[in-house]
Amino acid sequence: MDLWFSEAHSADVKFSIRVDRQLYSGQSEFQRIDVFESPEFGRFLTLDGYMMLTEKDEFIYHEMITHVPMAVHPCVRDVLVIGAGDGGVIRELCRYDDVERIDMVEIDPQVVEVCRQYLPKTACSLDDPRVSIYYEDGLRFIRSREDCYDLIIVDSTDPFGPGEGLFTREFYGNCSKALRDDGIMVNQHESPFYDADAVACQRAHKRIVESFPISKVYQAHIPTYPSGHWLFGFASKKYHPLRDLNEKRWNDRRLHCWYYTTTLHKGAFYIPAYVEELLKHVESAD
Amino acid sequence: MRVVPFDVPGHKRGRGNPELTALLGEKCVSMDVNSMKPLDNLCHPVSVIRQAEELAAEAFGAAHAFLMVGGTTSAVQSMVLATAKRGDKIILPRNVHRSVMGAMVLCGAIPVYVNPECDDRLGIPLGMTAAAVERAIVQNPDAKAVLVNNPTYYGICSDLRTIVSLAHSHGMLCLADEAHGTHFYFGEGLPVSAMAAGADMAAVSMHKSGGSLTQSSLLLTGPAMQEGHVRQIINLTQTTSGSYLLLSSLDISRRNLALRGREAFRRVVELAEYARSEINAIGGYYAFSRELVNGASIYDFDVTKLSVNTLDVGLAGIEVYDLLRDEYDIQIEFGDLGNILAYLSIGDRPREIERLVSALSEVRRRFGKSRAGLMKQEYIDPEVAVSPQEAFYAQSESLPIEETAGRVCSEFVMCYPPGIPILAPGERITRQILDYIRYAKAKGCSMTGPEDPDILRLNVLKGGV
Repeated sequence: MDLWFSEAHSADVKFSIRVDRQLYSGQSEFQRIDVFESPEFGRFLTLDGYMMLTEKDEFIYHEMITHVPMAVHPCVRDVLVIGAGDGGVIRELCRYDDVERIDMVEIDPQVVEVCRQYLPKTACSLDDPRVSIYYEDGLRFIRSREDCYDLIIVDSTDPFGPGEGLFTREFYGNCSKALRDDGIMVNQHESPFYDADAVACQRAHKRIVESFPISKVYQAHIPTYPSGHWLFGFASKKYHPLRDLNEKRWNDRRLHCWYYTTTLHKGAFYIPAYVEELLKHVESAD
Repeated sequence: MRVVPFDVPGHKRGRGNPELTALLGEKCVSMDVNSMKPLDNLCHPVSVIRQAEELAAEAFGAAHAFLMVGGTTSAVQSMVLATAKRGDKIILPRNVHRSVMGAMVLCGAIPVYVNPECDDRLGIPLGMTAAAVERAIVQNPDAKAVLVNNPTYYGICSDLRTIVSLAHSHGMLCLADEAHGTHFYFGEGLPVSAMAAGADMAAVSMHKSGGSLTQSSLLLTGPAMQEGHVRQIINLTQTTSGSYLLLSSLDISRRNLALRGREAFRRVVELAEYARSEINAIGGYYAFSRELVNGASIYDFDVTKLSVNTLDVGLAGIEVYDLLRDEYDIQIEFGDLGNILAYLSIGDRPREIERLVSALSEVRRRFGKSRAGLMKQEYIDPEVAVSPQEAFYAQSESLPIEETAGRVCSEFVMCYPPGIPILAPGERITRQILDYIRYAKAKGCSMTGPEDPDILRLNVLKGGV
């Protein structure tokens, strides 16, 4: 049997993974949800045919979106996670004893159900007593929150489909309002490589720059995402991601990671020239 | 169908204009054809267009339905032209669309304005009360017709059933401008439609809430109207090259509404109710609805209209309108001095509503001010000195706008949208009107109508009238 999952990374580029079997397929109110088992990447989750995570490389994404802000902010107590139905971000956050409250807002309950059943490696901490799950639109949830979080992690899907509201200026503005004065927002920032993705990346950056005084971008290598070169956004009202990095404090926690180190933290903010150019272009616009 | 085209249009199914074909798609340009025997003729329909009109009449509960390709403007003009000739009076509210005024310039009818009450808090014109219409009818027994907005741009309805019976009992016709009321024919729990209320004609903007292509529209007639006569009137001004793209969009939209309209508008109402409750929870904004209904000037309210008063946020509606577009990539229908209108339709989804509500919340947080310094939009009672037609064609002179107080205007001044005339030809200019024009310009409303595009000068009748 020759069974493959394929995703178009651009109109003219296709990425394929050999599939052993399909574990789940369903249509929720918002999207089509599939889980596959593959020889190379283990189990993987797709939404509307777009790769969300594989068991083999999810650690890169989840460590980088979580530990970078956690190593900068001196005292994270209250965290809001938007999206993240697979539970990977929650798993990483739950490793910090001093985090007191994690609100997770996911629009699609069916994604969480499917991940609990088929992806226990990421969904393992969803029942932690500090976690409250809200099944609603992230844009709606955050509208009424003010000055109550130290960290917001935006673990969104792509800027089209159900996640598009999480790439808008009204969303970032509301995030700024929901954060305390020294709060940090980190977001999934798309890839700068293929043209269509680069435009989305620029638009997101422009809107974040308009909403936060400090707005930097960092990168990671994620093999199953388009081009493999992926960005994250670090936005804050007070802390600088490098100047306020406290390596000793974080290393004293003795959290063992597979990708993140405080040395890599510093390197991740040194981005390629063409990406710098891309971002600078929208920073200076009007 | 492989017919060799040796007729217009000259692009010949798009072959002669490859850029146009690339832009619109082959299917679209191949449907852009001329009237021909198998495709009937809009000027004198006997086959497929006639069938489409009959199906539309059935769907809307009308005696006849005319497919219109010149916008609802042409449907409104045809209603007026079919009703009044030179010197005939028509009773109508001041907040009529400019197309009604245009029709009166064309046919020489004389307007008898009924003062729509004005809501002081919202600063918007309302509906005509049945009592005010009755007074106008009694004072003008020779009037030919009463024209009613069903609803207004803001969603306000007059007591149409009572006005119809008042008009009929005095031998007058009742015409309805239903540019914003297509959904009344299909939704549940919405205000009464003109045909159901017994009106004689209604201009229905299928391209607004009905979902057809821009510029396509319907003119509905009741049993008292003579179809052949109305058709003759329509043919006076309507194109002889009716677009089959527009016609087919009307037919397919009629089908969609007949099959799925009830369910579709139920969802629109749900979305609108949800948006209102969320917007009202932000604070400052007032998304108004049925609570305004007072049995007279607001007899009913169209709950699909998401009209929001912005004055307590300290911003003019037009300012919020601009901020939504410039800062948040959200284009709404209009902003006037005190209100905005977001048009909800069968194409909306909850996620777009969340964006709108969140953006409004951000606009308030980032740009909100105290309320002081905002002038309300007030009803200015017009003084009709001469008929619109007479003024429009009379000898006139151009004066700096500041020097025109007391003179009779010979052109339109419109604040657009919502397209309600501030001045119409034949009306006396007052100091209050000039103040309003200055203020609306300063607030960024788009002012149209006069010959001078900057509206620094106005044309007035020569000599003192």
